[in-house]
Order: sequence, then structure tokens, then C-alpha cells
Amino acid sequence: MLILTLIKVSLKSLWANKMRSFLATLGIIIGVGAVIAMLALGEGAKRQITQKVSSLGSNLMILRPGQKGSRGVQSSTYDNLKLEDAEAILHKVPEVLQLSPVIRGSAQVKYLNQNTRVPITGAAVTYFSIRNFALQHGRPFTDAETREQARLAVIGSQTADDLFKGRSPLGKVIKVNGLNFKIIGLLKVKGDEGWYNPDNQLIIPYTTAMKQLFGLDYLGGIDLQIKKGVDPEEVKKKITAVMRHQHRIPADMPLDFTLQSQAEVLETLNSITLALTLLLGGIASISLLVGGIGIMNIMLVTVTERTREIGIRKALGARNRDILRQFLFESTLISLIGGGIGVALGIGICYLIDSIFSFSTLIQPTYVAIAFSFSAAVGTFFGFYPALRAARQDPIEALRYE
Amino acid sequence: MQDDGENARFGMKDHFQLRFKAWRGFCVGVTGSIEQQGAFIMLVVEEVTKRYRMGDQEILALNRVSLTVDRAEMVAIVGASGSGKSTLMHILGCLDRPDSGRYVLNGRDVSRLLGDELARIRNREIGFVFQTFNLLPRMSALENVELPLLYAGHPAAKIEAAKALEQVGLASRMYHEPNQLSGGQRQRVAIARALVTNPSIILADEPTGNLDSKSSEEIMAVFQRLNREDGRTIIIVTHEQEIAAKCQRQIRIRDGQILS
Repeated sequence: MLILTLIKVSLKSLWANKMRSFLATLGIIIGVGAVIAMLALGEGAKRQITQKVSSLGSNLMILRPGQKGSRGVQSSTYDNLKLEDAEAILHKVPEVLQLSPVIRGSAQVKYLNQNTRVPITGAAVTYFSIRNFALQHGRPFTDAETREQARLAVIGSQTADDLFKGRSPLGKVIKVNGLNFKIIGLLKVKGDEGWYNPDNQLIIPYTTAMKQLFGLDYLGGIDLQIKKGVDPEEVKKKITAVMRHQHRIPADMPLDFTLQSQAEVLETLNSITLALTLLLGGIASISLLVGGIGIMNIMLVTVTERTREIGIRKALGARNRDILRQFLFESTLISLIGGGIGVALGIGICYLIDSIFSFSTLIQPTYVAIAFSFSAAVGTFFGFYPALRAARQDPIEALRYE
Repeated sequence: MQDDGENARFGMKDHFQLRFKAWRGFCVGVTGSIEQQGAFIMLVVEEVTKRYRMGDQEILALNRVSLTVDRAEMVAIVGASGSGKSTLMHILGCLDRPDSGRYVLNGRDVSRLLGDELARIRNREIGFVFQTFNLLPRMSALENVELPLLYAGHPAAKIEAAKALEQVGLASRMYHEPNQLSGGQRQRVAIARALVTNPSIILADEPTGNLDSKSSEEIMAVFQRLNREDGRTIIIVTHEQEIAAKCQRQIRIRDGQILS
């Protein structure tokens, strides 16, 4: 039978039972819509994470004291990472472009009657370029000022707003844990990253932070930028070797530091996102399967209802395969229509999510195509049994059916 | 030979085709094929038996039935309900197969054919007309008539269907759906559908059973005209004496056996 006639006949019979067809395909609609929305959510999260991690700095490596324990727990304080380690790495690993010691802490900051607790980052001047910090106004501190333990600070945009209420912070003197610091630079806005807000901090020379503010002789970590085009794994090995030597760790003993490259961080975060996406998508596809059962149910009803029609068609010369094809086509068509509506629904949900939450979903055309064709496959698969029952009807019995 | 016949059938004038069929039958006759004893025989039923099982009881629906129908003959099969006439019609219509015996239709033994082959015979050789019309709802008269041709893969189904509707005087009702037509008109659509493939026999099962007397007469007039003017072979199954009387010959059946 011509395909056009098949489409026409199928559409007519679906249209004759509008409400029933709609209910039958509702499962598919919801399933496809949910799958598309969930995958778009996951893709959006992945894109956001990639952007954020890249904005941390390119070719970034982070060295932190301590190792993740066997239970994945990292104890809170370590005092074994020294300034000498940073110098050794800089001298012995030529692939390291630049590095900066990092000290993190927080302090009470006062300006006139404004008083707030602010995260403090002690770092070298290289920190700004390693971490992609650009300055809105002013300048960063110099190497000379760092050696002198100058009490200078570069202020994050949000902290500046909190303390100075829109006035220029440049040249102002603030009290940090009682010590006077002069503000010489204002950071450009970077945007909150959830687990850490780069706009709310004071960046001061690491020497000042160690000796004057916190009274430490060890580092909180070392941030490194490696040269472009070198293999991060190779550099990691070299740095690890240097650190083993520095800390006198024999080859068979566990390390007392953690070295992570940006690529690894990204990989870890993306694998978490992927797992979540697959989980959500998997749950959504279950509803697609349930939708298929709905199609099967309604097709069985349709076949029973149209027993007489089947008898007539067989008397007129329809072969079993003609009947099979007709009903299979109908169930595929109904799921395809459901799939189409589901795609629209999924895209609609994505727009809704985008407009309600400050989150942008990412609809991948390939996923839409997959979800759509999967819905067609579900229709064909679950339509097969009812169609087979229709095709195997005995023509005499079918013609007698009232 | 069979295929040539099929191909030649479409696109020729009806009478020419019928002559061709007769000629083919004649060829089979002179070459001494056992399938056909003469050029003018349309179908032969030989010693056909059919049993049914109803619960643990076996019913002998047809008991060694034999009959012959000539080409261009109009025959009535008459019998009360339960006489076996429905079973006979199912076998004549290739909807069912006999348990034993032979059924030769248009020179071909069809009594041992299976599923798809039987469907093909039904499509090409037999035109059904039912008591309850059995038109498909939600499809226009034209689409209903078109249907057998679509299953045959006919390239110009619409044109042929329109011609068939014209033959039964319904050219103006082509795009009406069955529920917009009267009973008599519906049955005429059904007749057009039976005609459209240019079958060997038209098999009508109580064609006037659901019609008033005026429509009945109209329908019978259509059958008679098709038989006389176009030389169609028509078999009408009925229990009404009035209808049977309009046929050239009556075959009476009772308790699964032919009486006359």
C-alpha cells in the first residue's frame, strides 16, 4: 500500500479518537520532554563548570599539602609546605612558567565605621596572572614591596562595595586585624563561583601575610602556571620528583602533598556532572518506556475494536503483512507525534528553567534527535505485538465480530 | 501464463478481458489439463468436506459437496441457517480451505493454498458483497472502492475506482462517507468495490438482507445488469426465495449436502 494512503488512514483513525490518542501518547510526550530537559540541564551545568574552571587561569596547577586519606578525608592543617619547596620547583622544573605561594585565611577588616570579616589571600605578584585576575583600577604590589613585607592590599570588587559604598577605595587605609593596610588596586568583577567568591577578598603580599598577619612559617599551597604546549602529566611527574626530594620521601612511601592540574579538576567535575546527567536522563527514559506500554495498551484496544475492519481488509485481499504494516505504522506514527510534542515540551521546560533560575540550559540537537528517534523506536517496539495480533486474525472470525 | 493474464487484465476493456479469460480457460481445456474440463466453466467444487469442532462436538458443515458454475452464470445458493451455506461461501470465497476435496477456480486449484496466496486470490479473483455492506467508516466511497486496488498495487487506483462507482450509478456520491449514504447506496458502493479488480466471480452473501424491498430490487437489478451486459459470474447466497428466483439457477443446500 502506498505510504501516503497509510499515513492518511492512520491519521484518520488517530483523529477519530482524539482524546484516547492523546492519553496514549502522553507518556511519550512526558518521557521525551523530560529526557530533553534533563540532558539540557546536564549540558548547561557542564558548560558552566568548564567556563568557571577556565576562568581560574589557563594551564593552572595547584599544589596543596596533605594527601587524601584512604577514606577520602583530608585532615585540616598541614605545616610541611615551605617557601623553599616553591623555590626548588621554580629552579628545577623549567616547564613551570611562574608560580606563587598562597596563604589563605580570614581577618576582621575595618574602615571608619564599616567592619566585616573578609577572606585574605597572601600571594606573590605572579598570582594575578596565574589566576587571571585583572585590575579595574590601581596596580598590584611589586616584587620589591613583597620582599619588604609592605602592608599593601588589592581589594575584591564586592569587598570594596561593602567597605566603601561605591566610593573609590584607591589610596584608602583600612585596618586588617588591627594593622594598617593601604589599598593600591581594585580587582575586576569575576563572578561568584559557588564554592568560592573571588570578588570578596583582599590580596596582600604573602610575606606580609605570613610574618605580620598570621604568623606562619609554612604555606597554604602553591599555584603554578605551566608553559603552553607541555604535557601536564610530564610536568606533574617532575614536580612530584622535586617534592619527594625536598621532603625526603622514599619512592615507596606515600606523598604528603597533592598536585592537581586544572584539566584534572575539570575532568573530575565533568564526570560528576555526566553521572548526574545520566542518572536524570535514565530516570526520564523510564517514563519513555512506560509511555511505550501505554501505546501498547491503546493499540491492543484499537485492534480489538477494529477486528471487523481487519476482516474486511483481509477479504479484500490484504495479506497478513499488510495488516501488520498498517498497525505498526499507526503505533509508530502516534509515538512520533508524541515525540514531536515532547520535543516542544522539553524545549519549553528549558526556557522555563532559564527564565526562572539564573541558569542556562544547553539543548544539544543530537540529544533531541536521539530522544525523538527513541520515541519512534518505542512506538514500533511496543506496537509490534498488537500489530501481530491484528495480522493473525482469522478473516472469517473477524468478519463475524460485532 | 498466470502472470501474463494478471498484467493484461488492467487497462483493458472489460469484455475483452473476459474473453481473454475464457480463451485462457479454453487453452487449458484443449491441452487436456485436469484442472479444467471446459472453456466455459468458471469454478468446480469436487467432493468438498469441511468439519468444525464446537466444544467436544464435531460438526460436519459440508459433506462431499460438488458443484460447477459456468462463466457468466448467475447462481443462487439457497439454504436455511445452519445448512452449511455460509461454510460453502467461505470456501468459495477463499476465506477458508476445505478439509478434503478440490476447489478449482478459474483454472487453478486453490484448495491447498496458504495465507498470502489465498489473500492474493481473494484480491484478484473474488469480489465480496456482504449483507452488512462492510464499508470502512471514515473513508469516502471512492477510498473504499480503491482499497482492493491498493492491496494489488494498482498504479491508477483512483481512476479505476471512479469508473466502478460510475458503473453502479454513484458517480455523484464519490466523496460521501458511508454514513452519508442510504442502505441501497452503500450496497452499491460495496458492489463497485467488488467489481473494481475485475474479479472472476462476485460472491454476494445475503446482499439484500439489510435492505427494504425497493432497495432490494434496485440491488438485484444491478446484479442482473452486470450479469447480462458485462457477462459477470455472480453467486448469491440467500435464504429468500424471491431473490433466488431472479437467478438463472438455484443450488439448494441442507445439512451440508447439495439437494439440487
